[in-house]
Amino acid sequence: MLGRPRTGLVQRQLDTSLKTLSAHFELCGYTAVSPPHLYLGETLLSLYGEDLRARAFLFPDAERGNELCLRPDFTVPVALIHGENGWDTAGAYAYQGPVFRRQQPGLGRPVEYIQAGIESFGEADTTAADILALTTLIGGLRELGLHEVEMTIGDLSVPFALLGSLEMPDRRRADLLRHFWRPSRFQDLVKRSVMPPSDSAARIELLEAVAPGAAPDWLSDRARAEGEFIGLRRLDEIQERAVSLSMAKADPPMEQSAADLIDAMLAIAGPAVQAGTQMRALTGEIGGALATAVDRFDERLEGLSKQGIDPAQIQFDASFGRNLEYYDGFVFEIRAKGQQAHPPLSGGGRYDSMTAKLGATHPVPAVGGMIRPEAVLSALT
Amino acid sequence: MTGLSLALPSKGRLQADTIAWFAGLGIEIFRDGTDREYSAQATGLDGLDVVMMSAGEVPRELAAGRVHLGVTGEDLIRERLTSRNELISILTKCGFGHADLIVAVPKVWIDVESMHDLDEVAAQFRQFHGHALRVATKYHNLVRAFFQKHGVADYRLVDSQGATEAAPKNLAAEAIADITSTGDTLRANHLKQLDDGLILESQAVLAESVTAEWSDLARSSLAVLRDRLEASGAL
Repeated sequence: MLGRPRTGLVQRQLDTSLKTLSAHFELCGYTAVSPPHLYLGETLLSLYGEDLRARAFLFPDAERGNELCLRPDFTVPVALIHGENGWDTAGAYAYQGPVFRRQQPGLGRPVEYIQAGIESFGEADTTAADILALTTLIGGLRELGLHEVEMTIGDLSVPFALLGSLEMPDRRRADLLRHFWRPSRFQDLVKRSVMPPSDSAARIELLEAVAPGAAPDWLSDRARAEGEFIGLRRLDEIQERAVSLSMAKADPPMEQSAADLIDAMLAIAGPAVQAGTQMRALTGEIGGALATAVDRFDERLEGLSKQGIDPAQIQFDASFGRNLEYYDGFVFEIRAKGQQAHPPLSGGGRYDSMTAKLGATHPVPAVGGMIRPEAVLSALT
Repeated sequence: MTGLSLALPSKGRLQADTIAWFAGLGIEIFRDGTDREYSAQATGLDGLDVVMMSAGEVPRELAAGRVHLGVTGEDLIRERLTSRNELISILTKCGFGHADLIVAVPKVWIDVESMHDLDEVAAQFRQFHGHALRVATKYHNLVRAFFQKHGVADYRLVDSQGATEAAPKNLAAEAIADITSTGDTLRANHLKQLDDGLILESQAVLAESVTAEWSDLARSSLAVLRDRLEASGAL
């Protein structure tokens, strides 16, 4: 669905909404910024990944021999602004403007729509920053006249802490963390860890060749026998991976109970007030960073409650947030009451680790979210 | 009244096979003038109008509703059919023009046999080279969906409209996804197919436009054609 011209009342209402939100965000301590609409494709999409590339509007830039990309959201654009200001500073920004995404025909989703939102960086008290981000957005919805809302939250820091706490080889942990955002591949990797698939004859030969005491030239001879050495990937990379495959072979399989625990933790869904208890029941004596993550989850709910947000109205879904690669902590979505079938009116989350990919020397605390004012206006009418 | 328009591939083996296939349904297609003139007539089915176009353009013309029917590769149709409300429907597979869309990597990658391996190598590749592993293809949608299904995390598609098998040697990509019928071109270019790297077993198909306007004549011609397809066992 292409964007339609806004005229008359629709334009006036949207204009009023945007002014209202801009004033509200400013009052809450966020400074207005205006990121560009167009980016070098490589800059944005190396962070968002090939899947979002399918949903981004890309076109060739003949002058620079490159690809340009219309921003699909504001998270990376605003983070880039903060990076220029300096990753070691704190910053809180407000933005508004159109974003552009390809949509499947027939679903009636707009390819161009307005987002108005906030991003904050460098706040060491992450629980307080999460609460501020969410309450600022709920406040924004109220300013627009929307009082009755339903919320779904998730917290990716809990499964990450779980994967960090479970006894397993680092190589396996890294693989699982890398695929956390691709649930079916993740599940496949867990299965492989419990029951490693059997090797082909060629693989057995390869693993024997890199075992200690094997002929040193076997690998290069074997590779050369396959034909010409083509492409960027070199022999030392093949060698390194062969060695790492051979070491992984010696890793003990994952206990079925550990796999079941991971499954069960990622399947928790229901009232948020019960989620912490459910997590504790499952993880029992594990303690450490995992216990801290679960405690933080409850502290955040308590904090929200003190801000007048009734935790009983919040749903928890452990798998929520696993579809967008950069979220790695608290995530949330807000809908108008009784509109569960509609796309959310507001959403956001925490993405500390992305800042390191953007150039920060270490992950900087980062949390934000946006409101879709056009969707709010239609929910109100 | 306009009849039933059929898009015929404009040249080569695919055209010859298509003409022979229609002959088996009692429809004779004759090209006008010289081989260079893209114009043809048909007898044996009232109201059938043959138009010639590049096989690569047939999906677009069907989707736009500018032709009713077309013969082209299933790969080209599926690449085009990404949405849920389909604009094109496949009437029948034709039994010729067989070719597989596959994922291939350099043969010297003796540590890579499967899509699982390719994903692990993609992670390693970024560490060594500072950018995503590149896959050359013209089938962006099919390849992206296939890589997503296999959970490949960090790769990037590079557009290649021809001689795709040369991309790794030319350092334009690390892997390719392309059509192959015998595998000879793969081998000649020092590439191998991944064990589970079969994206689509393609062949020529007769496809129907869902968006085209249908006259009574076009409808009745299609009904006759459908009867003959049924009688021949194709439907």
